[in-house]
Amino acid sequence: MGPEPRPEPPMSTLEDPRTRTAMAVASHLALLLVWYLFVKFGHVPKYVMPSPVDTAQTLFAGNYHWWDNVLVTATEIYGGYLVALVVGVLLALAFTWSKPLEALMMPLLVSLNMIPKVALGPLIIVWFKYGVVPNMLIAFSICVFPILLTTVRGLREVEPDLLDLVRSLRGSRWQTFTKIQLPGALPYIFSGMKVAAILAVAGAVVGEFLGSDKGLGYLMLQVQVTLDTAAMFMAVLLITLTGMLLYGAVIAMERLIVVPDARVG
Amino acid sequence: MRVSAEAGAAAAAAPFIHLEGVSKTYGRGASAHLAISNATFDVMPGELACLVGPSGCGKSTLLKILAGLHKQDAGTVAIGSTANPFNPARDIGMVFQQPLLLKWRSVLDNVLLPAEILGLPMKQSRERGRDLLALVGLAGAEGKRPYELSGGMQQRAAIARALVHDPRLVLMDEPFGALDALTREKMNLELLRIWKQSGKTILFVTHGISEAVFLGTRVVVFTAGPARMADNLEIELPHPRTLDIKTHEAFGAYTRHIYRLLGME
Repeated sequence: MGPEPRPEPPMSTLEDPRTRTAMAVASHLALLLVWYLFVKFGHVPKYVMPSPVDTAQTLFAGNYHWWDNVLVTATEIYGGYLVALVVGVLLALAFTWSKPLEALMMPLLVSLNMIPKVALGPLIIVWFKYGVVPNMLIAFSICVFPILLTTVRGLREVEPDLLDLVRSLRGSRWQTFTKIQLPGALPYIFSGMKVAAILAVAGAVVGEFLGSDKGLGYLMLQVQVTLDTAAMFMAVLLITLTGMLLYGAVIAMERLIVVPDARVG
Repeated sequence: MRVSAEAGAAAAAAPFIHLEGVSKTYGRGASAHLAISNATFDVMPGELACLVGPSGCGKSTLLKILAGLHKQDAGTVAIGSTANPFNPARDIGMVFQQPLLLKWRSVLDNVLLPAEILGLPMKQSRERGRDLLALVGLAGAEGKRPYELSGGMQQRAAIARALVHDPRLVLMDEPFGALDALTREKMNLELLRIWKQSGKTILFVTHGISEAVFLGTRVVVFTAGPARMADNLEIELPHPRTLDIKTHEAFGAYTRHIYRLLGME
């Protein structure tokens, strides 16, 4: 006797991936069009709101050094994010291995999580001067918590009977971690990673606002003085794209690693 | 009446499992909870012994003690003999109420989990895993994901997983308790077939009285509050067992006797 196949629900047009892609593209283009028409026919001064065309033109002006600034901001975001990922997962692992450590540290970390990390920015700059590394630190401090907390939860979520099964076979802690806990926690880790990807961008940019001499956030402050709103728009766009690249990479990795049935929204 | 294994008695008459005065208390002081007291019975090699009783009567605790997951407070637990010593890591297979299949693994890879943990040669284990899936009626489902199987089929896979490392003792903790009544009847017949074909000694925990009598060569009855072993019955019903046995006069006598022991008549 073979297993019964699951019946496939009938697919509506909206579930067709091509239709959905087309609709997503359409809404983005529509926003651009509304923006363009609003500026063109609303007689909005350029320093209040530049048109999409004005914004795009700033890309070709050499004086903004877009590429260099993107690299700086991307280094801060991705660097802080990667460190947060490694530290968050390892700390969570340490907590599942040592109950006293978890009892001691988890409440403290939950309290620390309540500190608005952005408010730490001025302090971090006092301690570490300004530059790429302090901004990375701000990005790190803001995105380590969601990763840590979701990983702890994911590692805890394991069925006790499953742990008993491994223990009855005298399996090692490491085997429990690699074969049961980590794969089981991956959906949770990824949901934390998605939240953290968005926060990391905010952390790095706030750091640049507070004190820095390069990066897209720094550039925004520079051009703000001259009411170069088009360049500010472009900076926001590039910051967004840098964040989207990270978010997209996380989603792609999740699709690759986590089986569909196990995903957490 | 009982022949002690250590005394080196005739191998054929030596029990495989010998329990004497096994007791276990959880907690301390006022909150202490007696989980099991004075469990004394023997199981011969190749028996299918059912432990029956209400929730909280300590039957699951006893399984955990046999699996080496808990230590008894008092009493002796002896499995195997000096001539054929029992290896607690390799010789125990476990099946729980939930199938507990890892959803990121294929059915075959789930079956292979104990072999991986024990570090058995994978090529032979793979072959054995396939044979076992055929034995439990899941031939052709090797590559499927657990969520593609019905509850009964997942539990079949869990039974195959409990057998993959060729343990001498299989511990089953209410394995069919979460299945619907009809699937449960079917799985009982399947279990009898698998038991006969594999020749394993099985300890089967259930609170289904007629399930216990139908399956068991022996039924050990436990009562709750206070936790106590009430009887140890050898079930002298003919093998192979078919559903017809349930209309057998002796079947009714056994179940009535157990109902009475549990204070339900």
